[in-house]
Amino acid sequence: MSELGMFFAVFGMALCVILGGIGSAVGVGLAGQASAGVVTEDPGKFSKVLILQLLPSTQGIYGFLVAILAMARFGVLGGDPVTTTRDGLIVFAACLPAAITCLVSGIHQGRTAVASIGLVSKRPEQFTKSIIFPAMVETYAILGVLISILAVFTIKF
Amino acid sequence: MSDAAYTYAVARVRAKEVFLLSDADIEQLITLKTEENCLAFLREKGWGSGDYKESADEMLSVQLSKSWTEVRELVSDKSIFDVLIIPREYHNLKAAIKQVIADEKADNVYYEDTQFKPEQLKAMVEKRNFDELPKEMAEAADLAVETLLQTRDGQICDIIIDKATLEAVKKIAEITSSPFIKKYALDIVSVANIRIAVRSAKTGKSKSFMENAMTRCEGLDVKALIEAAEAGVEKVCDYLGNVGMTELVEAIKTSPSAFERWCDNRIMDTIISQKYNSFSEGPIIAYIIARENEIKTVRVILTGKANELDDDFIRERVRKMYV
Repeated sequence: MSELGMFFAVFGMALCVILGGIGSAVGVGLAGQASAGVVTEDPGKFSKVLILQLLPSTQGIYGFLVAILAMARFGVLGGDPVTTTRDGLIVFAACLPAAITCLVSGIHQGRTAVASIGLVSKRPEQFTKSIIFPAMVETYAILGVLISILAVFTIKF
Repeated sequence: MSDAAYTYAVARVRAKEVFLLSDADIEQLITLKTEENCLAFLREKGWGSGDYKESADEMLSVQLSKSWTEVRELVSDKSIFDVLIIPREYHNLKAAIKQVIADEKADNVYYEDTQFKPEQLKAMVEKRNFDELPKEMAEAADLAVETLLQTRDGQICDIIIDKATLEAVKKIAEITSSPFIKKYALDIVSVANIRIAVRSAKTGKSKSFMENAMTRCEGLDVKALIEAAEAGVEKVCDYLGNVGMTELVEAIKTSPSAFERWCDNRIMDTIISQKYNSFSEGPIIAYIIARENEIKTVRVILTGKANELDDDFIRERVRKMYV
């Protein structure tokens, strides 16, 4: 077993959790500040803005999911351990799409959710439409996650 | 400071904007018969202290004070309001100088909530000691007092202080990191320059008068504007038309009140973009400007109603609303 290979594999898994978590933390944090602002003025809008605040939280979950699958497949929680540095780098590369797209989309989804919270505060009847705008940003995190999951399941050493 | 630092405050402002008067509200206010009807309408919208015996002036004063209290509690960095507060500091200084030196009665012309209180400013003028003021403000005060004592001409005093005000606003535009504050400050200076040029052209003021009164700024060729104003209002219109300000030319040709309305609407056009901005200090500043514009417009309508003026006459003087 290659220690360096295992290091790269675990580093890729860690990045999925760390970057996805940062994306969601920033996004949910921003949307939370905006939600608090709206609820200060109009407590009746709590349930609507809460849903918008939660939208950027999925990226952290996606990163966590990819990391768990990779750990189960490549010898951390089961499966075949990585035996060479080259194999470790392949696992690392497989984790990158989810890690990077979750970071960027989490932050941008948070900013879009803030804008939607502003929309709901002025036009509560447009709530359904206001969910669609931040939800669109989710697409790119899902694409990144799908590629990472496919790579994790199809890689053969 | 990151633009996300104002996320909470902007969200609160968005929720408050629902209570701003719209163009439809203003139209409804104009069509009401009497000043009392207008005051009742405004009271229903939450204006004033809720006291039914409150006069129009008291209601507007309470409304202005409430608006400033609201926005001040939203942010910790109060310097974002400098672009609005500094012209008031200079206005109060001008009023204090004229009140003390020229013995004018001017107790109700001071702005409240400024750093230097009217009594403080009057004491400084009496002692001829402006050391407590910022350097540029102290220099302008010294010069204005000296000039007023020598010439007894209040207009020269106005020019000195007004020019110092515009220089202070321009300085804010130069040092600020906020694109919105920069644009707003430059618009204030540009609009002031245009006002001076049009009024000077109409009253036949000299080139040196305009040079002393105007402030050079980005986006407007002050030298060309002065040359045009020297030649008369038509030439000013030609110059403004050539730089694409055709709406302004129309307003100048229509009436003095249409011109004043264009000047105020130009500032409104600058701030309206902030309705779609969810971050930065821009929407907070835009909100308080919108509130002040709203109070100014309501004052015009109430004055018109109190004097039983025609609805169309009032309508011509009404400003564009933010919402």
